[in-house]
Amino acid sequence: MPLSRNGNRQPYNDIYAVAPVSLTYQRYSTQPAQWWIGAALRGLVAASGIPHTAYDGLSLASFTLGPDPAIAMTQHFGMTTRWIDSMAMGGASGIASIRRAARALEAGDVDIVACIAADTNYTDTFRQLLAGFSRFSQDAVYPHGAGGANASFAHLTNAYMDRFGVTREDFGRICVAQRQNALRNPRAIMKKPMSLDDYLGARPIVDPLGLFDCVMPVAGAEAFLLMRGETMRTHGLTGARLLSSIERHNAFPDDPVQYRGGWALDVDELYGMAGVSPDDVDVVQTYDDYPVIVMMQFEDLGFCPKGESARFVSDNDLTIDGSFPHNTTGGQLSAGQAGAAGGHLGIVETIRQVTGSAGTTQVEGARLGLASGFGMINYDRGLASGAVLFGGEGI
Amino acid sequence: MIVQRQRPPRKNPLQRTAAPLQPPARRSRAAQGLTRAAAQGQFALHTCQACQAVSYPPRDACPKCLSENLIVAPVPNGGTILSVTTIQISGEPYFRRLVPARQALIALDCGPTIVAEVRPDCAAGIRVRASLQLDKAGQPVIYARPEHGDANSDSDPHWRELVADPLHRRCLITDGRNPVALPLAKALLAAGAAKVVVGISERWKPFAEAAKLEALGSVELVDLDLADDQSVSALASDYGAKTDILLHTALHLRPGSVFSGAELLKARDAMEVSYFGALRLAHHFGPVMRSRGADRDNSAAAWVNLLSIFAHLSWPGFAAYSATQAASLSFSQALRAEMRGSGVRVLDVFTGPMEIDWLEHLPPPKVQPSAVANEIVAALKGGEEERWVGDVAKDFRERFTANPKEIERDLWQQ
Repeated sequence: MPLSRNGNRQPYNDIYAVAPVSLTYQRYSTQPAQWWIGAALRGLVAASGIPHTAYDGLSLASFTLGPDPAIAMTQHFGMTTRWIDSMAMGGASGIASIRRAARALEAGDVDIVACIAADTNYTDTFRQLLAGFSRFSQDAVYPHGAGGANASFAHLTNAYMDRFGVTREDFGRICVAQRQNALRNPRAIMKKPMSLDDYLGARPIVDPLGLFDCVMPVAGAEAFLLMRGETMRTHGLTGARLLSSIERHNAFPDDPVQYRGGWALDVDELYGMAGVSPDDVDVVQTYDDYPVIVMMQFEDLGFCPKGESARFVSDNDLTIDGSFPHNTTGGQLSAGQAGAAGGHLGIVETIRQVTGSAGTTQVEGARLGLASGFGMINYDRGLASGAVLFGGEGI
Repeated sequence: MIVQRQRPPRKNPLQRTAAPLQPPARRSRAAQGLTRAAAQGQFALHTCQACQAVSYPPRDACPKCLSENLIVAPVPNGGTILSVTTIQISGEPYFRRLVPARQALIALDCGPTIVAEVRPDCAAGIRVRASLQLDKAGQPVIYARPEHGDANSDSDPHWRELVADPLHRRCLITDGRNPVALPLAKALLAAGAAKVVVGISERWKPFAEAAKLEALGSVELVDLDLADDQSVSALASDYGAKTDILLHTALHLRPGSVFSGAELLKARDAMEVSYFGALRLAHHFGPVMRSRGADRDNSAAAWVNLLSIFAHLSWPGFAAYSATQAASLSFSQALRAEMRGSGVRVLDVFTGPMEIDWLEHLPPPKVQPSAVANEIVAALKGGEEERWVGDVAKDFRERFTANPKEIERDLWQQ
């Protein structure tokens, strides 16, 4: 299928994501982020057969790497790179890393980029992360009850429920479907089945959010290599072809409470650039730190009109074998949120899905996959949004 | 009909005294611009001097026009609630002790959307009034309550964390001979104080107001000579753990010139009572108050230093007195730093000349001792850290902030 030109953007020229790597998450880790990056690199080498010394680009996302910057990893792991990117966009880092690396690859600035997101989770890491998340948060949000992201998303959820008449049951359908998917993913941190009653009866955390609306912070890493098709073929590898991407920050700043993300501004470009429509997408991985943001993505990414996600969710089966396969790993809600890797989880799974290598979570015949990212509750809303479309063989 | 909170039951001596915990204390430099407003009980936010846009959270340039000229200026405090949530689970030990906590997203009439702690009777869609408060870490936070309905938020334990309300608290006035003492005892009792202990030095000396103080009921007169370490120590051994609000009212006002040989003696006397007296109080009462800062509704809550505006600038003709006030202001700052993290508020109350015998020669306006007393109580109930009482004090604050040399020269003329 030929790529179409959209506006002034150049189509992606033969850019592939290969060697998807997901490490098994741990609720708490005794190892630092650097250890998880090392483990991710070993995973990339094992998956690609290409030694890490041949990676001349590194795109890194981590909340817990301090005091190290990304460049320190070159010496730490004996790499000599000519291109480095450090992504600090939370759950949108994965999308952004692809966008940056793809253009550098096309220009020939770099040949093989290791895109890695890794975070540790010591016993007190998460509280410290919340306490110092951003200046606005530190000055104006956290001191008012220290509810963290849960409280910020409670407000978005409240407002969304009021505006569109959505209920907890509607959100619950998303979470329950994802738990079903997680039971097929051996790496998922949540291993117990969950019913809608379990969801509704869960311990309240920050009203209206209950325990199963919130992700479990874990340690872990997700990684993949990005390269030109010629490089991929030279090494005898296959991969997912990058078809299009979008990215937006601080969209709709005048909305009193966030009920849509930047995807709504750019969604036509996402599909236009790839020459496809939402109906063509075989498998979708949304960013799911809370179910309300999943609903916003269903709408803003064109799968249903604004405000109709509740109906969309009840009209569809969101499990792997369902009518709308969604977050096939179980998503962050059931697989766990490994810090910045939360935004890479869906990307790595999309690469596996469209290349037919997802194993137990494979959606049959998946060729066109969408992965979406969302990040950084800097103050009262998420600032970053982005999405990519990947195509498998024949697309 | 709001029922006033009942007096807490006597403490079970076998129960552990809750140790003070700190709420999250990190703030940016820009956010400290709100600390002054909170300390003075004002609602003020960063206001652009170029385009008048009000911005929040605190920024370093205006998001509308990028001007760097942002001044923290008083703004209307009305707003409408967009969303309220109840935080049931927090990761911070301070809030884990206090949950559930109500937090709201509020669209302020002056522009910005704020996040605030709110009173439990706040709901989405209602009108609220926001106020800037200092939390137990001494850092600025915003609290909101419904625009209509009870103006008193005392029923909310989260509000009580932000203020030092005398209700059910035991107070110590350190210098009963200060003309403020009688109206202050009255005002504290009117605010619901459980007891007011009043220190009197040299009780053999005539003290006309003793009978009036005792007639108030719930007032106890005790020997307290601030110039005598043993006297302070003896009182602390009886009352140290029973003092929730300490009000240091030492007044030793004598005219004098630095050229006079008698000034040295006057300065020593005045320092003994005011500054050294404060040090003695800090030594004997400070540690136990600091340890009782989170003793729930019986907690130590505040230390009030009654100061003159001449703590900032020497008053011609009152050199020694002014020096004691400057020293006492410095003491107050030191005390606040020592009390950090304890939850005990250190309140500076600045007054101009009071309507008292020693200042008979001064023309009005002078501030009435009863006005000082009422404002001290209001400042405690509002959780303030600094209050300027009376027209002269407010005039002084404004001019001293604008140009200290102007007001220094002006004082020469008086």
